[in-house]
Amino acid sequence: MAWSNQDKCAIVGVGATDYYVRGKSWPRTINDMAGEAILKACADAGISIKDIDGIAYYSGAGAGYLDKFDTASLMETLGMPHISFSASLTSGGGGCPGAIGLATAGLMNEDAKYMVTLMALQQLPQHRLGVVFGANAPSPESSFLQPSGLVGPGHLMSVLARRHMHLYGTTQDAFGEVVMATRANTHNRPKAVRKEPLTKEQYDASVMLADPLRRLDFCLETDGAVAVITTTMDRAKDCRHKPAVVHACAHGGQREWGRAFAWMGMPDPHFASSGHKFTADRIWAQSGLSAKDMDVALIYDHFSPMVLLQLEDYGFCEKGEGNDYVLSGKLRYDPATGRGVNGGTPVNTHGGNLNEAYIIGMTHIVEGVEQVRGTAINQVRDAEFALVSGGPASLPVSSLILRSA
Amino acid sequence: MADVIQYGPARLLPGEQIAITTNPDTEPFWQAAKEHRLTACQCAKCRHFRMPPTAYCPECSSRDKNWPVLPGTATVFSYAICNKNPKTGGDFIYVPVVVDLDGAPGARLNANVTGCDAEDVRIGMKVTVEWTAIQDGWVLPNFRAASPGA
Repeated sequence: MAWSNQDKCAIVGVGATDYYVRGKSWPRTINDMAGEAILKACADAGISIKDIDGIAYYSGAGAGYLDKFDTASLMETLGMPHISFSASLTSGGGGCPGAIGLATAGLMNEDAKYMVTLMALQQLPQHRLGVVFGANAPSPESSFLQPSGLVGPGHLMSVLARRHMHLYGTTQDAFGEVVMATRANTHNRPKAVRKEPLTKEQYDASVMLADPLRRLDFCLETDGAVAVITTTMDRAKDCRHKPAVVHACAHGGQREWGRAFAWMGMPDPHFASSGHKFTADRIWAQSGLSAKDMDVALIYDHFSPMVLLQLEDYGFCEKGEGNDYVLSGKLRYDPATGRGVNGGTPVNTHGGNLNEAYIIGMTHIVEGVEQVRGTAINQVRDAEFALVSGGPASLPVSSLILRSA
Repeated sequence: MADVIQYGPARLLPGEQIAITTNPDTEPFWQAAKEHRLTACQCAKCRHFRMPPTAYCPECSSRDKNWPVLPGTATVFSYAICNKNPKTGGDFIYVPVVVDLDGAPGARLNANVTGCDAEDVRIGMKVTVEWTAIQDGWVLPNFRAASPGA
């Protein structure tokens, strides 16, 4: 059954700072960067910061992993005269595209007129995400995980990737192809952190950090801020750009995934998955669409195997067939034709978290907006539908289908 | 596919750098471990196992718990091979394993495995509990390969 909010709201503005290598954004403050992203998103939409009256966060309104956004502080900093919606999805980056659904809910409830969704990330030495699990004193729950020395997200993800290799014969070559295929999309992107082409030899020489995962299977550690503005379709018509229509959006997940790699209790086949099956089924049911209808897929890529596992959960290929799907080149974007390769759907035409920048999912939303506007640097020809995913992580995870107006 | 890396012996992370905390739901597990008894949280009503221990049985909502003594054997469900001590950053080969506990269907532990080379750890490998003293007088269950290289 079609989602009752289908095509009723749209993303109308996007804004971002430069992307900095971890820690290099200092001496800017995190609110300085957040402000730049919000003001740029307003300019992109053709509205005033004074028009912003709602904020739909994710990650518990986290700014990175140790800082927090505060709506009152943002109002004082940026001068929004009043706010009539301020809410967040829970957990972490898995909720990123789901925050657009939260914004839609607030807009449809007439709580607010122009909603901001944002993330700012500044990984100063004491805030470095890669070691954040190990740096915390273990809680009673994490006392069942942390003593094993699974201290970083990459360690945790490698255990899931290993199980997938065991069950389905998945190879490290496929993880390498995820990195290489998306790296090929950054050479022409001025803001991308990694722009040089990547060869298989270079990938194979990358240091093993958590076997089976190499350094290049881990996403970038970057600083920066990204904001997007969502509003209703009637208001979107008065904005500067063609609206990126919110066609479907869902967050959540099922108990078998739960806290995922913060727990490791998932039964097969959920263990060696991205935890997105429930959410994937929901957005396809909401929209009546399926993976083959997507013109471009912006897949959350904190770790390369998780791209492969999401492609399975969203049905771009069957469960267990991700290895062959990836190795047949189907993630690649062909600039000559503006389309995919070998019948595939281009994945992460912006380079993703692995190659462009990691702002906890927001860059994927921006690329989805630019693709359906028709203004992307690596434009997919006639892109009508863009899939955006967030996570895999502890629930909720989420996804979004944007449609060209 | 790249060659298999020769890591050498899988070591246990030093107990003196490991701390835990407990709450009333989890403490019986750790009290048993102090006495070198491996247990898991079992619902006293429907017999469903759950780990980590929590207040309610997710199957039947009962708050009543059993703490049966398990055989102390387990099967490797998945693993990673790590090469740096997470506290010091120094070179250190250790293998975090996720194990299925014998006698407690559905209950898993995350631990280190030793008694074999890291590159010889396999999914499906049988392991036996090995107790590691950690900070504050607590004891951590780790595991040893039941037959080296198996």
